[in-house]
Amino acid sequence: MNATSSPRIVVVGAGPAGLRAVATLAEAGLKPTLIDEARRPGGQIYRQPPAGADRPAEALYGFEAGKARALHGLLDRLGAAVDHRPETLVWNLFDASLDLLGPNGFETVGFDRLVLATGAMDRILPFPGWTLPGVYTLGAAQIALKAQGVAIGRRVALVGAGPLLPLVVHQYLKAGAEVVAALDVTPLGPKIRNIFGLLAEPATVAKGVWYTLRNLLAGRPIRSSVRAIRVEGDGRVEALAWTDAAGREHRIACDAVGASFGLRSEAQLADLAGCRFGFDAVTRQWIPVHSAAGRSSRADVYLAGDGAGIGGADAAELQGERAALALVEDLGRPVDGGRVADLERALARQRRFRAALEAAYPFPTHIAAAIGDDEIVCRCEGITAGTLRRTAIDRDVAEMNRLKALTRCGMGRCQGRVCGQAAAEVLAAARGVEVEAVGRLRGNPPIKPIAVKEALR
Amino acid sequence: MIEDAPPPSSRPLFHRLGLRDGAPIDFTIDGRPARAMAGDLLITAILTNRSDLRRFEFGEAMRAGFCLMGGCQDCWVDLADGRRVRACSTPVEAGMAVIVEGRRA
Repeated sequence: MNATSSPRIVVVGAGPAGLRAVATLAEAGLKPTLIDEARRPGGQIYRQPPAGADRPAEALYGFEAGKARALHGLLDRLGAAVDHRPETLVWNLFDASLDLLGPNGFETVGFDRLVLATGAMDRILPFPGWTLPGVYTLGAAQIALKAQGVAIGRRVALVGAGPLLPLVVHQYLKAGAEVVAALDVTPLGPKIRNIFGLLAEPATVAKGVWYTLRNLLAGRPIRSSVRAIRVEGDGRVEALAWTDAAGREHRIACDAVGASFGLRSEAQLADLAGCRFGFDAVTRQWIPVHSAAGRSSRADVYLAGDGAGIGGADAAELQGERAALALVEDLGRPVDGGRVADLERALARQRRFRAALEAAYPFPTHIAAAIGDDEIVCRCEGITAGTLRRTAIDRDVAEMNRLKALTRCGMGRCQGRVCGQAAAEVLAAARGVEVEAVGRLRGNPPIKPIAVKEALR
Repeated sequence: MIEDAPPPSSRPLFHRLGLRDGAPIDFTIDGRPARAMAGDLLITAILTNRSDLRRFEFGEAMRAGFCLMGGCQDCWVDLADGRRVRACSTPVEAGMAVIVEGRRA
């Protein structure tokens, strides 16, 4: 490939990272293709409601309305400089081509350079009752409000292990929803101990403190160090029970629960691309490794945003731009060195903040350790923790893909997105080894279900 | 004659907060008329009418979706015309015939 021809550049994901990447590429005179599953750009954090459900940006995104508006307007501003393919799933990556399923059916698109900005979803751990209708992730509770103007129930309990919890509690209360409990399964101490690290991003901390105070004034303070959460109900959610830091039992009637435990990178395409993954001991997840500039282990693939390790929306915008500049530079084209230096300084600050945030909200090992034998781990196929533990011992299984082959855990429609991390914790504990030692589920195409009927059109 | 109490699934799950308005959209769930609002995703349309949206294939349980962002694949529902759609990413359409408990025609 020579630098004067026009290279085929594809960006996957239209959240903050992908949008900043295409804007940067377009400004460099390249014409990127932007592929995204959603109808409208923004990703999950700046998700836009479907047509007909629009509301003002201030109502949807609060303090972040300006950022959301800027990102949503990017593609209109760039016009024909970006080939935007909405409602299009990238279901496979092979060699240097992507297999797509979009409004016009199947298509294969080759690339010379690829930016993966595939985002994240909630990190999920099973607890009693978690598959009952009415139990959602915390992210789902937020999306119901943001994209649809509905609460997940009339009396909602919210449970978390990350900064999303105070935000969603605040958003629900502000929207007039009834929040009957706000429970943090991590302790308060580390949040105070890590305040200096958190102050690397003072504006973000100020917002977190503001949400926390508003929740307190609204009479719904967040209870820390909550353990042993369990949902009760016959056919649907009827109550949430938990144990507090002092060992006291609590039970509150509710009809919906939003519960998840931080975030997890969506990295299936990086996996299919053959990018090298590394184990992150803090978040206990495997993530595709990359340089500070976003270069992956594969020369033509760049990584940005939460899909390459959780960093949050602001870091995602910076990473999207930084990765795009690395790509431009790798094509032998000039980049603004001053801008690169600014981005790297801002990203270094974001990394210090993120390290403090992860320390403030440590992985809730007590939830993972309490998964009972009867509990479903793989909600697609109904595989219990007991089945995983028995298989681990009786069949001498030491690795996740072998466990999947023998139990079908992770083989259902979600491909292990929901159960993968919990299953690894269960397997590692059953074998008495570190979770890193059991590896991770390999990605397989199609990375999301596609109707065979579509292929026959 | 004493009638049985309505099943728990007949009570809505999602709660409209009055934050937006829209034209009514009529569709059916298991052949019975149901009403949604313009701008609704199918999951909202169904769960403002009842508390679940499909049977779990491997046991006596119902499901109502889980992640709402197209990741968990828990909310795939059958339509009477043979389509299978993911309810959290599909807008409701007038006349859609959703099958939750009944078999496909």
